[in-house]
Amino acid sequence: MCLAIPAEVIEFLADDMAIVSIDGVRKEVSVALVEDLAVGDYVILHVGHALAKIDPAEAQETLDLLRQLGDYAEAQP
Amino acid sequence: MKYSDEFRDKEIATGLARAIRAKADPQRSYRFMEFCGGHTHAIARYGLEDMLPDNIRMIHGPGCPVCVLPAGRIDMAIQLAERPEIILCVYGDLMRVPGSRGASLLRAKARGADIRMVYSTLDAIRIAEDNPAREIVFFAIGFETTTPPTAIMIRLADKKGLTNFSVFCNHVLTPPAMRAILDSENPVEIDGFVGPAHVSTVIGTAPYEPFAEGDGKPVVIAGFEPLDMMQAILMLVDQVNDGRHEVENQYRRAVTRVGNQRAKADVADIFALRETFEWRGLGSIPHSGLKLSPAFARFDAELRFAMDEKIVADNPACECPAILRGLKKPVDCKLFGTACTPETPVGSCMVSSEGACAAHWTYGRFRDHQRRLAS
Ligand code: SF4
Repeated sequence: MCLAIPAEVIEFLADDMAIVSIDGVRKEVSVALVEDLAVGDYVILHVGHALAKIDPAEAQETLDLLRQLGDYAEAQP
Repeated sequence: MKYSDEFRDKEIATGLARAIRAKADPQRSYRFMEFCGGHTHAIARYGLEDMLPDNIRMIHGPGCPVCVLPAGRIDMAIQLAERPEIILCVYGDLMRVPGSRGASLLRAKARGADIRMVYSTLDAIRIAEDNPAREIVFFAIGFETTTPPTAIMIRLADKKGLTNFSVFCNHVLTPPAMRAILDSENPVEIDGFVGPAHVSTVIGTAPYEPFAEGDGKPVVIAGFEPLDMMQAILMLVDQVNDGRHEVENQYRRAVTRVGNQRAKADVADIFALRETFEWRGLGSIPHSGLKLSPAFARFDAELRFAMDEKIVADNPACECPAILRGLKKPVDCKLFGTACTPETPVGSCMVSSEGACAAHWTYGRFRDHQRRLAS
């Protein structure tokens, strides 16, 4: 129920609606809840509504940090 | 899928597991509650518990909206759906949730009640427009994640001037439930919380600050992918080791301190706090549920259809109440896997894929079996 997935904004429609792509599958959803969206942005999609914009810079930073943490040397006890 | 697959990398997960093992102090135990059912599901699906040392235990929390909905609210919905003029729109997860005496929406539908499963709140609006002679009721449930989509739907119904549309509101709030867990008699002992991902996209991280500052519990907001969770557990271990108790945000790519202002404003406009709301397993919790605000009360199905509050006792053999409080595990229940399976759920924890019993049934029991074979 609480599951939500990332989706890419493809095209804006009237009435705060937009077409998003979920791994290539297009879906019409509401974007009324998220400000300042642009085509190409990724959003968190939940029960047919975009709930939040994904910040690409923060995502990259988290990934970089995860890689560093994941490099934790095997030699460590 | 972008922003999903990268956070499932097995090698990085193994490295993170090594880092957690190295940091966890063998002299002590770490008990972390993942509040949210989405995390419970991810832990079971990716076998994260198997990657953690034995002295780190994950305790499932009550953050599964279907699981905490009491049987009485299901009975109320069934009673509504049985009225011939009504079309009840529900999220699919709700269909099998047991009401009293084996009742469920699925059974009511089989007996002829007009119950329609919807994917989006906007589907309910369409159904209302297509059926002007019928009364459309949307069965709204969910935490702060799911409330804004209900708000948008009500706004739209208002804008379109729909008079045959209303909402049976069962939205609940995360912080009061966390408070109830900590303040309950005989509370489960917790050394920190993995905070919800998508709830926090809406409410932000600020509402968790009292738990860190006042209760001394570390809180780390985490995304739902396996690497997100592993990193959050590492951050919690660090906090415990350092004697810190702060709100930290692992899920920075979607969560900020203030959350989604627009969504919060919509919710504040359209809903009002209930004095108290009944939770399955946790009992009645003050200021933990929402109803429609006076300005939107004409969309309140409870008023429109003069619905009576129903409180019914749960099946006494079902351990859901203790499981939802983190005091027991699914395998502690005698009915698990015998009388109770996802096909024939006795309790609500077996219904939604986010429920502790259902997650353990789908993923965990095979690992139990393998562990038994191995030992
Ligand atoms: S296995 Fe079924 S009956 Fe037992 S606690 Fe879980 S939901 Fe309740």
